Amino acid sequence: MTPLTTVESPAVVLPMAGIDTDQLIPARFMRRSRAEGYGPYLLHDLRNGPDGPRSNPLDDPAVAGSQVMIARRNFGCGSSREAAVYALADFGIRCVIAPSFGDIFSQNAVKNGLLPAIVSEEDAEALIAAEAMRRGQPLRIDLAAQQIVAGNLVVPFSIDPVWKTQLLNGWDEIDMTLAEAPAIAKFRERDQATRPWAVPQG
Amino acid sequence: MDRTIIDKLWDAHVVTTRPDGTSLLWIDRHLLHEGSFLAFDQLTERGAKVAHPELSFAIADHYVPTRRKLGTTPEIANMVEQLEANTARHGIRLVGLDDPRQGIVHVAVPEQGLTLPGLTVVCGDSHTSTHGAFGAYAFGIGASEVAHVLMTQTLWQKKPRTMQVRIEGALGQGVTAKDIALSIIAKIGADGAAGHAIEYAGSAVRGLTMEGRMTLCNLSIEAGGRLGLVAPDETTFAWLKGRPAAPAGDLFDKACEDWSQLRSDPGSSFDRAVSLDGAEIAPTITWGVSPEHAAPVTATVPNPDAIADEARAAAVRDAIAYMGLTPGQPLDGIRVDRVFIGSCTNSRIEDLRAAAAILAGRKAKVPGLVSPGSSSVKRQAEEEGLDRIFREAGLEWADSGCSMCVGMNGDIVPPGERCASTTNRNFKGRQGPGSRTHLMSPAMVAAAAVTGHIADARPLLAGRT
Repeated sequence: MTPLTTVESPAVVLPMAGIDTDQLIPARFMRRSRAEGYGPYLLHDLRNGPDGPRSNPLDDPAVAGSQVMIARRNFGCGSSREAAVYALADFGIRCVIAPSFGDIFSQNAVKNGLLPAIVSEEDAEALIAAEAMRRGQPLRIDLAAQQIVAGNLVVPFSIDPVWKTQLLNGWDEIDMTLAEAPAIAKFRERDQATRPWAVPQG
Repeated sequence: MDRTIIDKLWDAHVVTTRPDGTSLLWIDRHLLHEGSFLAFDQLTERGAKVAHPELSFAIADHYVPTRRKLGTTPEIANMVEQLEANTARHGIRLVGLDDPRQGIVHVAVPEQGLTLPGLTVVCGDSHTSTHGAFGAYAFGIGASEVAHVLMTQTLWQKKPRTMQVRIEGALGQGVTAKDIALSIIAKIGADGAAGHAIEYAGSAVRGLTMEGRMTLCNLSIEAGGRLGLVAPDETTFAWLKGRPAAPAGDLFDKACEDWSQLRSDPGSSFDRAVSLDGAEIAPTITWGVSPEHAAPVTATVPNPDAIADEARAAAVRDAIAYMGLTPGQPLDGIRVDRVFIGSCTNSRIEDLRAAAAILAGRKAKVPGLVSPGSSSVKRQAEEEGLDRIFREAGLEWADSGCSMCVGMNGDIVPPGERCASTTNRNFKGRQGPGSRTHLMSPAMVAAAAVTGHIADARPLLAGRT
């Protein structure tokens, strides 16, 4: 996983609450392999109507190449589909700023090097208002300092300290777990004696 | 030290804890479905093996055709074939399309007795919280975590904060677990339980059947909860006894002894407590595009101009526009175009009986689909003659699968149409592009079918139950 330290880019602003993972990647696009890429299908039904593409903040040329998205509360709620994160990442997004996130979404995001940055509702509104004025000018996110700088506006964000370390270092969890093999074996031995009923029968 | 049931389950599964406080948890049951292909691809990329194939169970549900005899498109059929190939390669047991045990993973797996109190259960599906009904620590995970469990049978987790939701009192006639869940979500919000594991407690919860408890726990994720569970009791033990994969004989007795300890100690405390009066809960439906947009059927569509917070008012305005409603409009009376009874939330035998109680001897005014939660539920419903009631009312009686809840198999609500649905998500486009979903209980969906609009099921139940 690529480490994430700072992101500097224009932001896509979606002033909506509860952008769920069904919207981020509609279920009908989830049959493809990761190698085929999910980027074109990010927020597909927001970007396309029955008669083809429609005007929307994602495809605004002023924020082309954006690596940052700003939204309202409960971003990524709903389905556990990691494809929602793939769609964001493949589109080029490295950080989503919102007042709250779906738990499974955040977990999936960090595993793919995408930063879910939590700001207060007031700061989210301030950023949304500021970006409307600054349209297309880059903002800067510093993970180590947990800070977002958008012109004159500077707001702090929170992130779980464990996730912060993981993102900064680009750690691979599986290697970390395989190093725990002796502890797992020991747990297993003790557990089988104390919970014999936990083994599936039949 | 007094502990909550959540602490007890957590402690029993900790393999090791890192200095940063993250714990490695042992996973007792890992459930897989067609969507798990992304995780299998990660294993292939690493050339990795499955650590404990005997603890993984695969079942086809998300993409399966609900009209088995008619088959499906090659792309959708390929999703099931992919699962067959991946599980065969790694020696994982699969319940295939034609297996008599087939069904929606969160319906069919408990039926086999694979879900037990005291277990950790994970699946690449957010509604895995369903299994909490048995007093299991059960939660949904993404593809990378599915791959991690396949490779190690463990997961790194932060301990969630704890929340107890207590519902005391008797539920009124026609009021179900679905109404409890929607009332909770309306009260605390769709992110109200974010970062929390929920224990549901109180006399109204104790009084629920296992089917009802599964519906309640299923919807924990719609309140943002990591998981939701109910302490196991005699209702749980009686339901599990004799199931094929559950312990039998002396082992079952020993298990029940251990399981009886799985309850929150009297002196234990939760990070957050919420309570509801069971007697005050009415049949509840959603009017908007988030499960938190829920209200009693006797209420009206809210007026966004009366909401002070601008962001919240904007969300309500947007939801009402998408749903094609007007502020102040009574919920009772909203015309629907079709109905759907099914999904991991409400497709069990008790759900079908509740819908049939209203539909018996009546005709549906709109088309609708009934998809039982498993092949076993389907057989039982047919033995009880429920299929005949649905068919005679004019509804289609289909095979089991995730079906119109998520539309992956092609069962969708056409653009702009309004569906009264027993499912779990009323998100924009969830049941198909442009679809409009109203979530409600099976009885309420049946009431919508026979009246052609959203209607209070209670008068229609008079003299019937």
